[in-house]
Amino acid sequence: MKYALHASAIALTIALAATGAQAQSRDTIQIAGSSTVLPFASIVAEEFGAAFPEYNTPVVGSGGSGGGLRQFCEGVGEGTIDIANSSRRIRAGEVEACNAAGVNDIREIQIGYDGIVFAVGIDQGDFALEPEHVFRAIAAEVPVDGAMVANPYTNWNEIDPSLPDQPIALAIPASNHGTREVFEERVTHAGCEAAGLPEGTDEAACSTFRQDVVVEIAGDYTETLARLQSNPATVGVFGLSFYDQNRDTLKVATVSGVEPSLETIASGEYPVSRPLYFYVKGEHIGVIPGLEDYVAFFLSDQMAGMGGALEAAGMIPAPAEETAAVLAAFEGGEAITADQL
Amino acid sequence: MTISSSGPSTSAADEAKRARIRASLARRHLTERIFKGLGVAAVVTALALVGTLFWMVISKGYPAFTQANVALEVYFDPEIIDVDAAPVRAAGQSDADFRAQNLAWQRQVTLANWNAIVEQAVRDAAPAGFEIDARSALALVETGERHRLRDLFVANPALLGQRVPVEMLASANTDNWLKGTINRDLEDSRQQLSAQTRALADQLLENGTISFKFAWHIFTNVDSRSAPASAGLAGAFVGSLYMMLIVILLAVPIGVASAIYLEEFAPKNRWTDLIEVNINNLAAVPSIVFGLLGAAAFIQYFGLPRSAPIVGGLVLTLMTLPTIIIATRSSLRAVPPSLRQAALGLGASKTQMVFHHVLPVTLPGILTATIIGVAQALGETAPLLIIGMNAFVASIPATPFDQASALPAQIYLWQGNENRNFFEARTSAAIMVLLALMLALNAIAVLLRRRLERRG
Repeated sequence: MKYALHASAIALTIALAATGAQAQSRDTIQIAGSSTVLPFASIVAEEFGAAFPEYNTPVVGSGGSGGGLRQFCEGVGEGTIDIANSSRRIRAGEVEACNAAGVNDIREIQIGYDGIVFAVGIDQGDFALEPEHVFRAIAAEVPVDGAMVANPYTNWNEIDPSLPDQPIALAIPASNHGTREVFEERVTHAGCEAAGLPEGTDEAACSTFRQDVVVEIAGDYTETLARLQSNPATVGVFGLSFYDQNRDTLKVATVSGVEPSLETIASGEYPVSRPLYFYVKGEHIGVIPGLEDYVAFFLSDQMAGMGGALEAAGMIPAPAEETAAVLAAFEGGEAITADQL
Repeated sequence: MTISSSGPSTSAADEAKRARIRASLARRHLTERIFKGLGVAAVVTALALVGTLFWMVISKGYPAFTQANVALEVYFDPEIIDVDAAPVRAAGQSDADFRAQNLAWQRQVTLANWNAIVEQAVRDAAPAGFEIDARSALALVETGERHRLRDLFVANPALLGQRVPVEMLASANTDNWLKGTINRDLEDSRQQLSAQTRALADQLLENGTISFKFAWHIFTNVDSRSAPASAGLAGAFVGSLYMMLIVILLAVPIGVASAIYLEEFAPKNRWTDLIEVNINNLAAVPSIVFGLLGAAAFIQYFGLPRSAPIVGGLVLTLMTLPTIIIATRSSLRAVPPSLRQAALGLGASKTQMVFHHVLPVTLPGILTATIIGVAQALGETAPLLIIGMNAFVASIPATPFDQASALPAQIYLWQGNENRNFFEARTSAAIMVLLALMLALNAIAVLLRRRLERRG
């Protein structure tokens, strides 16, 4: 027993010594952020590890665009992440928070586009949505005959006879997702304008949703899918790539008459799409090995280009000139500042 | 007379009493039967629930343990693999120089069009006259297999120009199609694979080129997103192993030492009462709170790396400590005072009494507490999510300071993967592995206790 105690005392000392001795250099790129970008970043990370035998495979965490940028702005140093994935552009407030923590060299990389689609279970009715339909379905108050009234609709066909006769239920991304911002901007605000708010109504009416028919999903798309399975009448909001991999169980809705696909989103016909980004901490370039190569590899034709690995995974590639400009700006050391946003 | 006169009256009273007892007896027996019935019902319900859970997990997960493999003949075409000869170490060349030269060569090899090699191999395997376009041919085989071909070549450059049989993994979508996890009756636009690939997969399965084999790589590979069919648990397993080692190394000595001190040496006063109350409270703290503490203290303040088993291990240590302290204290308390008195009476010091006589008797209890604490820690997920252990890590951690995943976090990750058809089974398979580990740990606890108790 005495020996056992001695042994454990030694083990304890070693463990503590190891704890103290760590802070050496981290040689693995650390990434966090958007769950929409996560699959793409993971694929690139893995291929990067395979293509560059001298670097470790980068580690990709999730946490949503907001969560990733918050970690990104915690400061400079090995305990902080090097890259934040984001499915929306960084906000001025976030840049200020970054600057306050000593992160001044924020390099913005736009990697391509993603479509946001509305989908229902495969055995459900066909939806041909307009932004106004969605707004009228989920807003707490809607304009009827020039006055704002509490939302009277219970079934989709009451909004528009062309929509299926089924109860209104929607699963939308919660506000920790970048997708939510695009959803509000491109769908509910657009619908709000189309519906024509009476003079003098507060803009906030456009993004005040009724809680009885709207479920906000804080997790990832599998959670949205689970909602659709438990309540088949639910219309879910997904990223195009998720829908694409689950076409056997999901049916997609057209928006403004356009069916979402790689082509219609790349051409801008389909209205609900957004650019995807990641942000690189310039202070870590040259400290964490491989950062520059990772960015160049991400933007290379075999990854983010037409016919590349990311297109196969459901990301819509940006035009080649756009990608070249992004890479040039990164290599030129252009940092983003709060007043640019 | 008195007796005879009182006789019938007593017997009447007895009779009434007996009747009362009989009546109450029936009632009491009924209560007992009801209670027994409830107990049996409770046990049956519990067993049924556990049974359903196991049945659901196993029925969903066992298909993941076999996977479609494609036996192809690969031609290392010198026209496609147009690279320089592998560098040979020149006399007097320094290590660093040679490594750099070798890396440059490997980079060159990586840039060769390995997809073309795979595509050609698929075409060669297809029945004569089978028309298939490049994309459809490549969709049959897992994308990561081209890296394996490259590694084969790097390891043995003499393969150039040779035909070599290579057993490759079929892609996740091919696996789905052949297993029927995707509805085979759906029209083309709802299928993941093109009609050509599906027809080819069916034909190759028929002629034996594609066969289902036990998927060892679930245990030997790391997680993968770009090549989902090859995703495995090795990284998460090693991550969990490091964390458990840290928990055992830290929680057991600290926990046992504090329990011994508090139980055997510490004076009983307000301070030790306060400590005791706090230890009990600590045991009731939700695990997510420990995760938040870990993120704030270990990562932010001490600057330990994010998503590393060292931080996970420390957080789980905090969680396991109260369990071990409480269990050790109760087994110390169960040691009869006569043992202590006898030792002290024979002139042993207090330390000798504790370490020579009391502790050996309590060893089975401490061991059980440790193993149950570790089993609990093994399955803990919430704190790991907060310290970033649900990150995608595609390598096996070499030390506890490297980024890693953990088994429960890996289950969480797979559960969220967008290829639902494939990963539903994978997730259940991972749950089976985790459950098997838990059961094994519990079985070890029971066995050890039996052995040690018999010896004691």
